[in-house]
Order: sequence, then C-alpha cells, then structure tokens
Amino acid sequence: MIKTQKPNSGAHIGAKTSVSKIMWQVVLALMPATAFGLWCFGWPALNLFIITVASALFFEAFCIRLSGRLAIPVLMDGSALLTGWLLAMTLPPFAPWWIGVVGSGLAIILGKQVYGGLGQNLFNPAMLARVALLISFPIEMTTFVDVSPLFFSHSPGFIDSFNITFAGLSPTDARVGATTLGYIKTEFSQHHLLSDILKDYSGTLNMIGWTRGSLGETSTVLLAFGGVWLLRQGIIQWFIPVSLLLTVALLASVFHLWDSEHYASPWLHLNSGALMCVAFFIATDYVTSPNTPAGQLVFGAGCGLLIYVIRTWGAYPEGAGFAVLLMNAATPLIDHYIHPRIYGRDRKGKPLEISKS
Amino acid sequence: MLSFFSKPRIQGGVHAEQHKDATAHQPIVYSFPLPKKLYIPLQQHVGKPAEPLIRVGDKVLKGQLLAYSQGMISAPVHAPSSGVIVDVNDYPAPHPSALPIRMIVLETDGNDEWVKLCPPEDPFLLEPEDISLRVGAAGIVGLGGATFPTAVKLNMGRENHIDTLIINGAECEPYLSCDDRLMQECAAQIIDGVRLMLHGMRTERAVVAIEDNKPAAYQAMQAAALPYPSIEVRQIPTRYPMGWDRQLIRYVTGKEVPVGCRSSEVGVTIHNVGTAQAVHKAIRLGQPLVSRVVTVSGGAVSKPMNVLVPLGTLISELFAYCQVDAAHTARIIMGGPMMGDALPHTGLPTVKATSGVLALSAPELKDSAEQPCIRCASCVTVCPAGLRPVDMANNIRINQLDVAVDLGLKDCISCGCCSYICPSNIPLVQYFKYASGAVAARQQAQHKSEQTKRLMDDRNARMERIARQQLEEEQARIAAKAERERLKAEQESVA
Ligand code: SF4
Ligand code: SF4
Repeated sequence: MIKTQKPNSGAHIGAKTSVSKIMWQVVLALMPATAFGLWCFGWPALNLFIITVASALFFEAFCIRLSGRLAIPVLMDGSALLTGWLLAMTLPPFAPWWIGVVGSGLAIILGKQVYGGLGQNLFNPAMLARVALLISFPIEMTTFVDVSPLFFSHSPGFIDSFNITFAGLSPTDARVGATTLGYIKTEFSQHHLLSDILKDYSGTLNMIGWTRGSLGETSTVLLAFGGVWLLRQGIIQWFIPVSLLLTVALLASVFHLWDSEHYASPWLHLNSGALMCVAFFIATDYVTSPNTPAGQLVFGAGCGLLIYVIRTWGAYPEGAGFAVLLMNAATPLIDHYIHPRIYGRDRKGKPLEISKS
Repeated sequence: MLSFFSKPRIQGGVHAEQHKDATAHQPIVYSFPLPKKLYIPLQQHVGKPAEPLIRVGDKVLKGQLLAYSQGMISAPVHAPSSGVIVDVNDYPAPHPSALPIRMIVLETDGNDEWVKLCPPEDPFLLEPEDISLRVGAAGIVGLGGATFPTAVKLNMGRENHIDTLIINGAECEPYLSCDDRLMQECAAQIIDGVRLMLHGMRTERAVVAIEDNKPAAYQAMQAAALPYPSIEVRQIPTRYPMGWDRQLIRYVTGKEVPVGCRSSEVGVTIHNVGTAQAVHKAIRLGQPLVSRVVTVSGGAVSKPMNVLVPLGTLISELFAYCQVDAAHTARIIMGGPMMGDALPHTGLPTVKATSGVLALSAPELKDSAEQPCIRCASCVTVCPAGLRPVDMANNIRINQLDVAVDLGLKDCISCGCCSYICPSNIPLVQYFKYASGAVAARQQAQHKSEQTKRLMDDRNARMERIARQQLEEEQARIAAKAERERLKAEQESVA
C-alpha cells in the first residue's frame, strides 16, 4: 500500500509561473531602455542607478529583518529590485546620490512595507517616491543634462562622475536645462508660440531617446519595444497601455487641431517624458491597478486624461506621477463597481430569469 | 450584429498541459486479473446510500442486486463478480479523509458468472418510462464524476420536454483519456446509448461535443452517428473546463442556466459518453453497471493505461498491475489533476465515479511554496464562473465569510483554474472549500441553536401554562371552599 502525506484538493498541477519569474521578465523588458539611458548619460547615471537599486534592496531587507523574517527569500522575489529599478529610471541622471537613497527609502518603506509588504500597497511605490522627491527637492529633480554618452570626449569621465554624484559638483562642461515638456511650459509663460519654441525639436531624436530627460525614460522606441515584448509574453494585458496612450493621443489631437500654436501635437506627447514608461511599466503594476479588463480600460483612460490635463494646464510640465497616484487611489473604487458577471446571475447578482426558447 | 453579441462564448478557463499521450494511443486493457476481494461502497452516487439486501455468507452471481436504492435520488449496487459476501461493514472511503463508510465485501470465486440477464427484444418498443426504470435498476449514475443517478435525470428531461441532449465528450481534465478511448473503440455502443436516451426522454436532438484535441474519437463518433440525423457530433475548442456542464451548455446552445436551476429547466440535459455506453449495456444486454474504464497515469506509473476494472477493486491492486513506483509517488489523485481529490493511501476501492487514478511524481505537482498575492488578477481572468477568487480569498483570510459569500463563494465550482494559474501558489480552492464547509457548519449550528431556542420557548410556555392552570385551579378551589363555607354558614344561620 502506497501512502502519501498532505492530502489536499484543488489543482494539483500548476502553470509554470512564479512571482520572481514575472518580476525578472519585467526587468528584462526594461533592460534595453535602461542600457541606452546609462550609455547616453554615462558614469554619473550608472552611479545613481546602482545606488538607487542597492538602497531599495537594503531597505527591503531591513524591513523584512525588522519583522523577524529571513530577508534572502523575500529579496529573491525580485519586487524590491524592480521598484528600485523603476525609480532609478525616473530620476534625473546627474542627481546627487542622496536623491537615490531617499527615493528608495520612501518607495520601499512608505510606499510598500508600511502597508504590509508585497501586494498590499495602495500606491505604486516608485511613483510615490518620485512625486515625493519632486515636491521636496524641485531643483535637483528638474535639472536635466544634455546627452553625454560614455566614452565621448566631452562627457564626464569615471573620476568626474564621483564628483557629480557624491560631491554634488555640477558638471563643468555639460549643459543643463529642462526637458522638452518643461521647456515648452516656461516658454508658454513668456507668451511664445509653439512654432517658435519647437524650432530645434526633432521628433526622431526624441523617439530614439537622444534628448534631455530622466535616466531611463527618454527612449520611446526602446520602452515601447520592451512593453510590447511583455504583452507578447502575457505578463501584462493590453487594456491599460492602449487605453492610456489612446486617450493622450486623442486629447492631444483634438486640441492640437483646434489650436496648433498652443497645444502640442500628439506626436510630441507620445514621444515625451515618462509616457511610454508609465503606460507599459508603471500603470500596469498588478498591485495598484484594477482586476478586470473593463476596469483596466477605465484606469488607463483615467491616467491618460490626467496626464494630459496636468501637462497642459497644470503647474508641472510632467503629470504622469500624479496621474498614476490619483488613479491608484481610485482602483479600489473601480474594482468595486466593475467586476465580472457571475455565471447564471445578472450584473446585480440575482439569478437569471429562465429563458426557454 | 445581434448574433454577434449573443454568440456563445467561453468564459475563463486555462490551457493546461494535456499529458494524455501516455494513455490515449493504446487500446483499453480488458485483461485485468479479477481481484480476490472487492470492496463495494453502498454510496457511490449523489443521494441516499443504497440499502443492502444480502447477508454475510450469501453466494451471489455477477450482476446480482446487492443493495436497493432508497428514496427519490439514489441508485442500487450490484455484484461486480460472482462469489461470497464476507462482510458488510465500515471501511475507508475513497475520499481525502478516508473516513469509513459502509461497504459490502465480496470474495470472488474466479468464475465471474453472470446472473440470468433478460434484455428486451426491441428496446424502441418500450415505453420511455420503461427505459428510465431499467436504467435506474441497472444502477447507472453519471460516469463523468458527478454520479448523479441517470434515471432521475432522464425523468427530469422527459418531464421538462427538453429539446437538446448534450453528450459530454470533452474530457477536459489533463491525464484522463478513458472517454477518448471509449469513443474510439466503442463509438457504435455509445451512439446506440444516445439513441436509447433520446427515446427515454422523448427528445429529438442530440449533440455529442468532443474537444478538438481528440480527432480520432471525433472521426469514430461521426462515422457511428452518420446513419442517425438526429445525432450531431461536434468539435469544441480544447480549453479546461470545457466539460463543466454549464460551460458546455452555453457553448453548444448559447443558453445560460440560471443559478439554482437544473439544466433541464432551460431545455437541455447533459450526459457523459461513458454513461451513454452504460445505458447501451443496460438496455441492450440487460447488464447492470458493475465495471468501468479507469485511466491509470502519472509520472510514477511505469505502465500507464486505460483499464476495465470491476467496481470495488482496490487502488493498490490497480497500481500493482500498472507498476506504480511507490518511491516516486508524491501524490495519489482520484479523478483528474484539476478537480480530483488527493487520497491519503491506496487501500481504497474504485467506485462508479473513478474516471482515473493518478500517481503523480513530485516534479509534476504544483509548487507549494506560498507567496503573497500580487493581485495579478490571473485568477479573475481564468475563473469560468465569473468570480473574483482573489477578493474571496482575502476575505476568507480575515474570516469575513459573509463577504466571501456575497462575492459568490457558493457559485464556485471548485474547478481549480484559479489555483492552477496563481503565480504565488496560493491554494485558492482549498480556501474556498474550507470556507464553504465553515459556512455550512455555521448555518447548521445556527439552525440547531434556533431549534434549541424553540424547544426552550415551548418548554417555558408549557411551564407557564401549567403554572397558570395550577393557579387557576387553586383559585377555583379557594373560591369553592369560600362558597362552601358561605353555604354552610347560611345553612347554619337558617337553622
Ligand atoms: S492569481 Fe494568485 S497572485 Fe494573482 S491575484 Fe489571484 S490570488 Fe493573487
Ligand atoms: S475554483 Fe471556483 S473561484 Fe476558482 S476558478 Fe474555479 S469557479 Fe472560479
């Protein structure tokens, strides 16, 4: 007679997925855009990136130890790595080291662990940290350098990079400024017209990512590539990215057609700032987005709407962070009202009428 | 446009790895050696257990009635072989708990001698009611695993004037292939059984639905059904749980069965292919249900196969025949790996519901290291019943059973899709079974306390009434005494 232990019910076999596999695939999808960003902005960006990710892991381990659990197995799920990674991608590449550390601390401790850890948080940790940093340290968070790729003569060298990251010395020959969206915003306030403002703007360079911007958010095409790969892998569903991008594009088209001197074109919107990164990697965060396709469509459209509104009429040039946080707060509500219909019941949960035809 | 919206569609479900090849390409084995002892549970069906009418020591022949059905929903039990009854007692049931249930133990004599069978000359001359009676008397129950008495279903179908009989040949559970083999090898018998069931329900149309991963079975069935225009053989997409009756009904007819209704109320009845073959045998040959084809498969089985076994055969004997490697057996499962129950050991009998017995090795099992839910919503996407497993589980975890019930706990069919897909390995179905059990227990307790309260109230009322009566009697007595004294005083004063 053969005996086995642990009799239980339910599916005895399972799909070959796990939390860490999902996280690693997201990291893999971020890889091209990250690598490109690191190359574009050189050693200081690499310093900042490593510091941010390492401190995210450190804070996670610290919190886990504090709750009396073993840190290694939890770190292995890859979620802290991903949070740190996403946060680093949204920081200005030449930001000082403490921006990364404070940001990671905010993301991991305030954004995630105080809620009870993985899966319990209401807000996307990376976006929470980014928005908190932006409000607290507006100068550091809005100083963007020109592209200064690795191994180019005018770029900061390995030694210079330590001065930039750790001593806070501003790069001597690197030119600093605002992103395209920020530049448009300041120019508007001086009553310039779009056709003047965008004299030097190149859509193609923006699409590739050869422009001022956050560490890993500049390359529209590489981010979109990673996102589409995630879609194909079945890690994310198309509902959020498509509805988000479509909403922004639609709104931008309508206003651009109406007054092309005061409203930027959809092309510029899709190509700028954090839009691609948010659409594919941030808004699709499982924990903080709705559970159903319809809910996800609403969520994506809401994000898109808020992003456009904040970009166009708000005080900040980029509204992605705020938009995502606001919609995160609405997620429980969306899930409460939009849910699947139970078989044999109507939407209100009452049994169906018998239809004998 | 309208037809686009009302088009039958499939909700949820998963593409599980099939694992059917190990058994689906070899013929059913009919040479299983007759076991020395058979353990025949009195309850192998939904409803009331059968009542034994034999005594220990009785000699019985194969197919002889051992226990008769009692009540509206029940099924009789017959001797799977000839021999002597050696015990009627409690033995461990083929259930995860292995709690003892009543069984008849038959010691076989090796002759396997049938009782005298008396099939009708032409069953199509029988009254439809007669078909149900014979099917009921043969102890046939749904062989797909639901084990609802078939005769009762036939009657319901006839009384509700259903328009479509669906024959479920989906066999969507991984590993199992007994229905596939039956359709390939016994298509004519199955189709005959379908015709008999149509006759028994006075129904004109039958649809045999077969998943498109079984092309051989589809061809065999189509060929067998060719002469009968009332029977349509149709391929359906392969997607677990396509064999869930309500999913299949919606896919085939476009109708949705309301919660709390039987499928016959929307004009459809669904039977399994194995059941159709059993009906054929019962009516054409007069044979009651005494054996069934069982899939024995899994990573620890050296010779996986589909094999015809007498009911009551111990799983240990089945495993010995199929050379199951005990050292590699991590879990024993009765039924399929999605919905089946894990059995604690192999000393348990096969029953009418046993479509398969699996001996799975450790690498085949789902990883059990549980991680926090990441709200990935995969479970919501795959749930065929349209539930939100993640929300139900969260509420069960904090013991909010009422909220879980509001979310649809009672509509969960335990299909296992959510557990299958969950990347965090959360045993969702286990949660739901636990919660359903707890809710039922609580309702029972509530019922009981209400009962007790009523009894107490009754008693109090009775006591009060008695006390009141006593008081009234006392007062009456006092009044009578006073009256008597008054009369006496009057008499005295008169005197
Ligand atoms: S599948 Fe598992 S991890 Fe995903 S939402 Fe459902 S319970 Fe949570
Ligand atoms: S077991 Fe229940 S909750 Fe899970 S998928 Fe099946 S019906 Fe839905």
